[in-house]
Amino acid sequence: MSTEILGILLVFVITIILAIPLGKYIAKVFSGERTITDFMKPFERFIFKLSGINPDREMNWKQHMVALLTINMVWFIYAFVMFLIQGSLFLNPDGNPSMTPDLAFNTAISFLVNCNLQDYSGETGVTYFTQLFVITFLMFVSAATGIAAMAVILRAMKEKVTDKLGNFFNYFLLSCTRILLPLSLITALLLAFNGTPSSYAAKASIKDFHGNNITVSRGPAAGMIAIKHIGTNGGGWFGANSAHPLENPNYFTNMLELVAQFIIPAALIFALGFYLKKKKLAYVIFGIMTLGFLLLVLPTIYYELKGSPTIEKLGIAQTTGAMEGKEVRFGPANSGYWSILTTVISTGSVNSMHDSSMPVSGAMQMLAMMTNAFYGGCGAGFLNYYIFILIAVFISGLMVGRTPELLGRKVEAKEIKIAAIIALLHPFIILAGTALSTYILIHNPNANWAVKPSTWLNNPGFHGFSEMLYQYTSCAANNGSGFEGLADNNIWWNISTGFVLILGRYIPIIGPIAIAGILAQKKYIPEAGGTLRTDTITFGLVTFGVITIIAALAFFPALVLGPLAEYFSIY
Amino acid sequence: MKRNINNSLFQRAHVVSALGKSFTKLDPRVMVKNPVMFTVEIGTFVMFLVVMGIIFMHDTSQGKLGYNISIFVTLFITLLFANFAEAIAEARGKAHADSLRKTRKDTPAKKVFPIGELYVDEVHVVSSSELRKGDVFICEAGDIIPMDGTIIRGLASIDESAITGESAPVIRESGGDKSSVTGGTKVLSDKIMVEVSAGPGESFLDKMINLVEGASRQKTPNEIALTILLASFTIVFIIVCVTLIPFATFAKTTITIASVISLFVCLIPTTIGGLLSAIGIAGMDRALRANVITKSGKAVETAGDIDTLLLDKTGTITIGNRKATAFYPANGIPVEEFIRKAMLSSLADETPEGKSIVELARNMKLEWYPEEMEGMQFIKFTAETRSSGVDLANGTKIRKGAFDAMKRKVEQTGHQIPIELEDFVYKISANGGTPLVLEENGEALGVIELQDIIKNGIAERFQRLRKMGVKTVMVTGDNPLTAKYISEKAGVDDFIAEATPEDKMKYIIKEQQSGKLVAMMGDGTNDAPALAQADVGVAMNSGTQAAKEAGNMVDLDNDPTKLIEIVEIGKQLLITRGTLTTFSIANDVAKYFAIVPALFIAAIPSLQRLNIMNLHSPESAILSAVIFNAIIIPMLIPLALRGVEYKPIGATLLLRRNLLIYGIGGVIVPFIGIKIIDLLVGNYI
Repeated sequence: MSTEILGILLVFVITIILAIPLGKYIAKVFSGERTITDFMKPFERFIFKLSGINPDREMNWKQHMVALLTINMVWFIYAFVMFLIQGSLFLNPDGNPSMTPDLAFNTAISFLVNCNLQDYSGETGVTYFTQLFVITFLMFVSAATGIAAMAVILRAMKEKVTDKLGNFFNYFLLSCTRILLPLSLITALLLAFNGTPSSYAAKASIKDFHGNNITVSRGPAAGMIAIKHIGTNGGGWFGANSAHPLENPNYFTNMLELVAQFIIPAALIFALGFYLKKKKLAYVIFGIMTLGFLLLVLPTIYYELKGSPTIEKLGIAQTTGAMEGKEVRFGPANSGYWSILTTVISTGSVNSMHDSSMPVSGAMQMLAMMTNAFYGGCGAGFLNYYIFILIAVFISGLMVGRTPELLGRKVEAKEIKIAAIIALLHPFIILAGTALSTYILIHNPNANWAVKPSTWLNNPGFHGFSEMLYQYTSCAANNGSGFEGLADNNIWWNISTGFVLILGRYIPIIGPIAIAGILAQKKYIPEAGGTLRTDTITFGLVTFGVITIIAALAFFPALVLGPLAEYFSIY
Repeated sequence: MKRNINNSLFQRAHVVSALGKSFTKLDPRVMVKNPVMFTVEIGTFVMFLVVMGIIFMHDTSQGKLGYNISIFVTLFITLLFANFAEAIAEARGKAHADSLRKTRKDTPAKKVFPIGELYVDEVHVVSSSELRKGDVFICEAGDIIPMDGTIIRGLASIDESAITGESAPVIRESGGDKSSVTGGTKVLSDKIMVEVSAGPGESFLDKMINLVEGASRQKTPNEIALTILLASFTIVFIIVCVTLIPFATFAKTTITIASVISLFVCLIPTTIGGLLSAIGIAGMDRALRANVITKSGKAVETAGDIDTLLLDKTGTITIGNRKATAFYPANGIPVEEFIRKAMLSSLADETPEGKSIVELARNMKLEWYPEEMEGMQFIKFTAETRSSGVDLANGTKIRKGAFDAMKRKVEQTGHQIPIELEDFVYKISANGGTPLVLEENGEALGVIELQDIIKNGIAERFQRLRKMGVKTVMVTGDNPLTAKYISEKAGVDDFIAEATPEDKMKYIIKEQQSGKLVAMMGDGTNDAPALAQADVGVAMNSGTQAAKEAGNMVDLDNDPTKLIEIVEIGKQLLITRGTLTTFSIANDVAKYFAIVPALFIAAIPSLQRLNIMNLHSPESAILSAVIFNAIIIPMLIPLALRGVEYKPIGATLLLRRNLLIYGIGGVIVPFIGIKIIDLLVGNYI
C-alpha cells in the first residue's frame, strides 16, 4: 500500500516541480520576452502572412470575443461536416461508418469545447482521418482557445486603464506553437516508446493461446493521446480510454499521462504570478486549489483502498481494495487519484471506470466537476476561479468596510451581474438537464424513441440517478468523462448534452473576458493602507469558502439523492 | 440636539408606527423592489392556497392541516419581520429628521419687496410657508428666522441651539463666509435682511426626510450590486427546489408543497434580504445623529472609501486660535519692561492673539501703570501694514507684527534688528510657533511667541485613521516651517501650507487622478469648487449657501472633526451589509442538515444518519428551520440599526475577525437555534 501512495505523491511533486519553470516560460511567451522556442517565429510569421492577420493589432475585449467565437464557429462547421461524411473519406482502413447527425453534432461540439464527451467508441465510431484531422486538431485548438482567453485576462489585469488587450490570434497561435506543440511532442514520443501504437495500418489480427482469432484496433494514436492530456481534452483513441492497454500501457505511461494533464493547468497559475509580478497571489491561488483538490482526493483514495462493504459482507477479503472497474497495473489508490485529477482538471480521461467507484468517490468526482474551479482545464480553470475571486472580493470588501476592489479596480454592479450569471449557470444547466431527463424517464418511460427512456440506465435507484447527474455535470464542466452505464448515444442525450456543452463552455469564457475588459477600463486605484489584499491566506480562504458554499448549497440535495443515499444504504 | 435624542433602539411610538407599516408594506408593488422577500411573499401566497385547499377541498396529499398552517403563519411572520425592520429604521430616521424639522414650525415672516436694487421698507407679515425661493424678509432681535436663507444685508448674533445644541450665540453677517441662517434659529440682536434660499419642502432637511422615508430613496451602486448577488442566490435556490421535485419522484418520495417552499425560504438569503434596506436607512440615520445631513445615501457609502482627508488646521487639529506662550526681550531690555509694552500694545486689540497676550501678561502678575493708557490710540491690523499697536499720548508708537513686516519698518527708521532677535524668530518658527516682533519707535524690543494648541487626543485619532488606511492632510495658512512642525506634532501625513482655495482644489484633483477618493470640509464660497470636486464634501451649516449646495453633506455642528466620524459611519454601513450577508449564507449549511434528511427520510430511511441534529420528526425539523429563519431577522434588527462595530486593525485582520464571528458563527448558531426550537415545538407537531 505504501508504494501505491508513494507513487501518487511522486507524481504530484514531479508535476509541481515541472510546472513552476513552465509557468515562468509561459509568462515570458505572453509578455513577448525572448524564450528558447523563438525558432518558431518564422513559422508563426508565415502563418500570419498566409491568413492575412496582423498579430500586432490590439483588440479590446469585445473584439477578442468576436474573434474567439467566429473561429470556433468555423471549426464547428468543419468538424460537423467531416463526421457526417467520414465513412466515405480516405484513411479509413477499418471501414467505419459516418456518424448520424445527432451524434456528429454532439461529437463536434464536444471536442470543440474541450470537453471530449464521447457518445461513440473510438474503435468503430471514427476513422483515422477524423481522429487525426478533426479530433486531434480540435484538441489543439480548443486547448489553445482556453489558454488564449486566459492570456487576455492576464493582460487586462496587468495593464492600467486600457482597452487594448493584445491580439487574440497572436495569443492563440503562441499557445499552439510555443506551449501545446512542444509539450505534446515530448509526451507523444515517450508514449510511442512505451508501446502506444503509431501506425496507419488497419486492425491487427492475432491468434491467442486457444487459437481464437482476435482483432485488435490500432492506429496513429500516440500523438492524439499526448495532446489529449496536454490539452486537458480527455477523449480517448480507444473506447476504454486510458484504461486501455494500448492507450496507457504501463505504470510509467500512467505517471506520464497524470503529469501531462496536470502540468498546463498548474503552470498557468504560476504563469499568472510571473506575468503579473504577483508571485504570492499565484501561490495563494495554487494553495487554495490544492486544498480543494486534497479534500476531494483523500476521501476517494481512502474509500477505494478500503474496498466495497458489500463484498466484505460476503466474507471475501479485499487485500488490494476496491478492484471492480480498475486495472490491475494501476491499482485502486492510483485510480482514485486519477479519477479526481481528471475531474478537477477538465480532462475527463479515465484509467478506471467511475461507474464502479465507491459511492464517496463518485460523490467526490462529481463534486470536483461541480466546483469546477480547482486547477481546471487549460485556461478555463482559472477563468472559473476568477469568477469566484470576484464574488469573494465583493463580499470580503464589504466585510472590511470598503467598496470592493480587485487588483486596483472597483467591482460594481455590472461585473457582479456577469459573475452572478456565470456562477448561476453551472448549477442551472446541470440540475435542469438532470431534472428534465428524470422527468422524461418517470413520465414517458416507453416513449416511441429509438432508445426508450426506460432503457437509459444500467442501474436502478440512486446509482441510476448518479449516472444522469454525472453526465450533465461532466458536460457542464467541459470534463467529458462518463459515469458510463448510461445509454447516451441517442437523440435525447446527444442533443441535450450538446447544448449543455455549448453553454458550459462559452458563457464561462465570455463572462470573465468581459469582466476583465470592463475592469481594465476603470480608474486604477493604487494600493493603500485600507485596501484589502487578495494575496493573503485569509482572502484565499474566503475564496475557498465561496466556492464550496456555492457548490455545496446548489448540489447538496442532488448529491444526497445520488451517491450519498447510496453510501448510507450500503455502509 | 444630540441631548434630545432618545438613544433606545425601540421607542414605543416608533414600534407602533412600524407595526402598522409592516402590514402596508406587504403590497406586492412595494415588495417587488426587494427580490428576495418578494419570492417569500409568493411562497406565502402559495401556502395560503394550500391551506385553503386542505380546508375546503379536503386535499389529503399535502400533510396535516396544523403543520401547513404553522408553515404558512411562520412565512407570513417572516415577511412582517422583514417589513418591520425597514419600517422601524424609517421611523427612527424620520423621528430624528422630524425633531429637526419641528424647529421650523409655521412662523410669521416679515416679508419685504424689492424694487430693483432698492428695498421698500414696507413689511408684510406672512406665514413662513408662503415664502418662496428668492423672497426677502427681515428679522430683528427676538425673531425666529422663518426659513433657510442668506443674509444680504446686516449682521446679527443668532442663537442656533435649536439646531446644534450649542448655546453660545454665533455671529452671522452678509458678504462673508458666515452668511447663512437656518430656519428655526433665533435672532438675539441687531437686524438682518435675508433672502430665502430654499422654498418649503426643498431644504436639505426636507430632502433628507424624503431619503429616509423612501419616497426618493434610491439604491446606492453598492446596494444594487449586493441585491444582484442576493437575487442570483435566490435564483440558484429556485432551481435547486424546482428540480428537487422530479428528483424526489425518481427516488419514489413525495414531497409536499410546504416542504419545498420551506426549503426554498430557508435557503434564500432572507436575513440580509429582510435587513438590507434597514441597514442603509440606519446609516443615514447614524449620520443624522452625528448632526450631519446627507444629501444621498451614496455619500455615506463613499465616505467609507475615503483615502485622503483634507482637514483645516484651525478648529480641527488645533484649538481655535494661537495663544501667546512666551516673551523674548532683546537689545538688553528688561523682561518686565518688555512684557508691559507688549501688554500695552494689545490692550485694545480685540483679536484672539491680542487677548491672549494680555492674558499671559496678567498671569505673570505684573505691576500695572494705568496712567500710560490715558489718551492712547489703538491702531488696527491691516493687510497693508501687517501690524497693529498703539500710539501713546506722549507720541510713542508701539507696533507688533510679523517678522518680515517689522524688519522692514525697523530698517526704514535706520535701526538694526539684533542678531539674538533673529535667533528667537527662527527658533520659535521651527517649534511651530508664530513669532510676533514688538517695536517701539522703530527700535526692535523683542519677540512674543504665539503657539498653536494641539487638541487633546487628536494624535490618537489620526493614528486610528492611519490604521483605517486614510491619509490625513492638514490645510493651513501658516508658513511651511510652522505647518511642518504642527503636522508632525499632530501626526498628520501631509500638509498644505500657505493654502489658498486653489491649492486645495489642486491637491484634490492630484489625489483623484491617482485614483484616490478625497473628503474635505469647508464653509466659504471660495471653498465651493473644491467641495464639489471632493468625493465627499462636507459643508458647515454656518457656511455660505454656495458651499452648502456644492457639498454632499451639511454638518449642523460646524465641527471640523466630524469628517472622521463620517468616515467611520460609512465603513460601518458597508461592514454591516457584508457581515450579515455572510451570516445569512452561512446559515444555510445547518438548514440543509435540518430539512434535506426530513424531506426524504420516509422513502430512504438510511438518510436518518444525515439528521445530525437528531431532530424530533420531519415536520418539526422543517418547521424549526423555518421558525429559526424568521426569528433571526428581528434578533438582528438591533445590529442592523446600530451597525457592526468598525475596528481599525487593518483590512486583512478585520476580514479574519469578521469571518470568524459572522462566517463561522453563521454556520454554528443555526445548529443550536434549530435544535432548541425543535425541542420546544417537537412535541406539538
